[in-house]
Amino acid sequence: MTHHIASRTLQSLAVLLVMSFVVYGLIGLMPGDPIDLMIASDPHLTGADAVRLKALYGLDKPWTERYLRWLMQVLQGELGYSRLYARPVLDAMLPALANTALLMLGALTLALVVAIPLGIAAALRPGSAFDHGVNLVAFASVSLPTFWLGLMLIVVFAVHLGWLPASGMEEVTGGGGLADRLRHMILPVLTLGLAGMGQYIRHMRAAMLGEAHHDYVRTARAKGCGPARVVLVHQLRNALIPVTTILALEVGGLFSGALITETVFAWPGMGRLIYEAVMGNDFNLALVGLLLATAMTLLGSILADLAYAALDRRVSYK
Amino acid sequence: MNPQSPLSRARRRLKHDRAALFGIVVLLLLALGAGLAPFLAPDPETLDLSAIYAAPSMDHWLGADELGRDVLARLLNGARVSLAVAAATALLAALIGTSLGLLAGYYGGRLDAALMRITDGVMALPLLPLLIVLAAIDPSKLGIAPETLGSEDFAIGRIVLIIGLVGWTTVARLVRAQTLSIKARDYVRAATAIGAGPGRIMRRHILPNVASPIVVATTLSIGNIILIESALSFLGLGIRPPLASWGNMLTGAMNVVWSAPEQALWPGLAIFLTVLAFNLVGDGLQRALDPRGEEG
Repeated sequence: MTHHIASRTLQSLAVLLVMSFVVYGLIGLMPGDPIDLMIASDPHLTGADAVRLKALYGLDKPWTERYLRWLMQVLQGELGYSRLYARPVLDAMLPALANTALLMLGALTLALVVAIPLGIAAALRPGSAFDHGVNLVAFASVSLPTFWLGLMLIVVFAVHLGWLPASGMEEVTGGGGLADRLRHMILPVLTLGLAGMGQYIRHMRAAMLGEAHHDYVRTARAKGCGPARVVLVHQLRNALIPVTTILALEVGGLFSGALITETVFAWPGMGRLIYEAVMGNDFNLALVGLLLATAMTLLGSILADLAYAALDRRVSYK
Repeated sequence: MNPQSPLSRARRRLKHDRAALFGIVVLLLLALGAGLAPFLAPDPETLDLSAIYAAPSMDHWLGADELGRDVLARLLNGARVSLAVAAATALLAALIGTSLGLLAGYYGGRLDAALMRITDGVMALPLLPLLIVLAAIDPSKLGIAPETLGSEDFAIGRIVLIIGLVGWTTVARLVRAQTLSIKARDYVRAATAIGAGPGRIMRRHILPNVASPIVVATTLSIGNIILIESALSFLGLGIRPPLASWGNMLTGAMNVVWSAPEQALWPGLAIFLTVLAFNLVGDGLQRALDPRGEEG
């Protein structure tokens, strides 16, 4: 087990290293150039200043050399300065991380609260009209483009009914209280939750059906357990194992998965931060953001392995 | 054809799958609309300033947008673009995935280990942020001539390449797993014994037997590809105006959501129905082609 986790961790670090190299190279291919941007924003700077600035920042060196220098700095904990937010990268990123975590927690809760009972109920009567209905709901959910769902919710609840705010985290004037925050969370959480629940419904249903034919279920019935107890205690405990694994995998996507929803609702989270950093030539922020997102995904898949081994005693990694 | 053959069994099962049939009907209508778009609808780029935000009428069946362009015409032309991108991307991804999966499964050993590590690595990437970086690259910094950059074909080819490059992993793993089990079968060993080379064995003996999982995985991937393409276009990084795509029509709609909220309805509905149809058909195919599935 320890050996397995250690080798997975090493592998993940290798992926991260390759990824940092590739992303560093790609970022250099973005339109625009940080020095040109500086010059454009300050009329006093001349061509000679540009050359001097490029030398100062080491931008006259080949990019592989710059990459190595950047890597050394990052390994020493020096993440650099965000041009867009005019503060250290970490200071710009931490609030965004918290905001995204809040959003995803709400969305995940909503998705699971709907998906687990629906999946169980559908699995109790496979092939019934109810099962087909649930199946269609699940397919509809995974087929929903989040940016459209978000827009439609804005149209209905913000534009037509005027019940809920369409963007941001709080009112510009007089906002900031808990109730205000919650009101701003409703639509983005609804968007992510509705679009995310489909896959859990499908996994839950499949896992319950997979358990139904096992001997232990028959034994439980034979010793006189009622149908509710057999399903909710015996079957559900085992069926939750694969669902938990999927959930752990999702944790990885947590920090970049809401990118589109955050953009639609102007929610100041991690996905939107990465998007704006990439589009706004904020190289330091974009690099660290992308690598953090990758690290989280890799961590999620290791977590999934761990969860699987912890919950299912039959699983052991060499 | 023998009534017990896998294909006729699959067809018989599909006939009873109402969800899959619904998907097939939607896709046929969509293909018809996209194919006949030039005859059905007026030019999607004609500006009619007297018709800005026009309500649906005989002239504009679904109304007109912020520049007075016909919404239906843009929807149908968007369908051509979205479907072309999706089909080409799915083919590219299937091609890469099948080749790598065959090589890894057939040769095994270090090649297999290396290819599978790469596959794991690509699967672990945060897809959307990475695609955004890839789509935001300035192609002129790669030395591509400016006259090529402006063309529609380049715009479409670029998005196909970007999504195809990260979308092949599922097929690669499926094909590898199947290849591993098939290459141990007697008929493959017999073919090797009579002197068939690796290329012939992969093409003639293994490929036909992995075809159905490839078809299922590719059909199921098309829905996702459409979602990704429209999301990128929505963010302004995929298919860019004036070329219409469902994603970039929604960008326009989001900018005017307070003044003309109804603009957001149709392009998104088109994406949703198309993705749903591909997913239902893919799921139906999966069950229909499953040799262990129940009769029905």
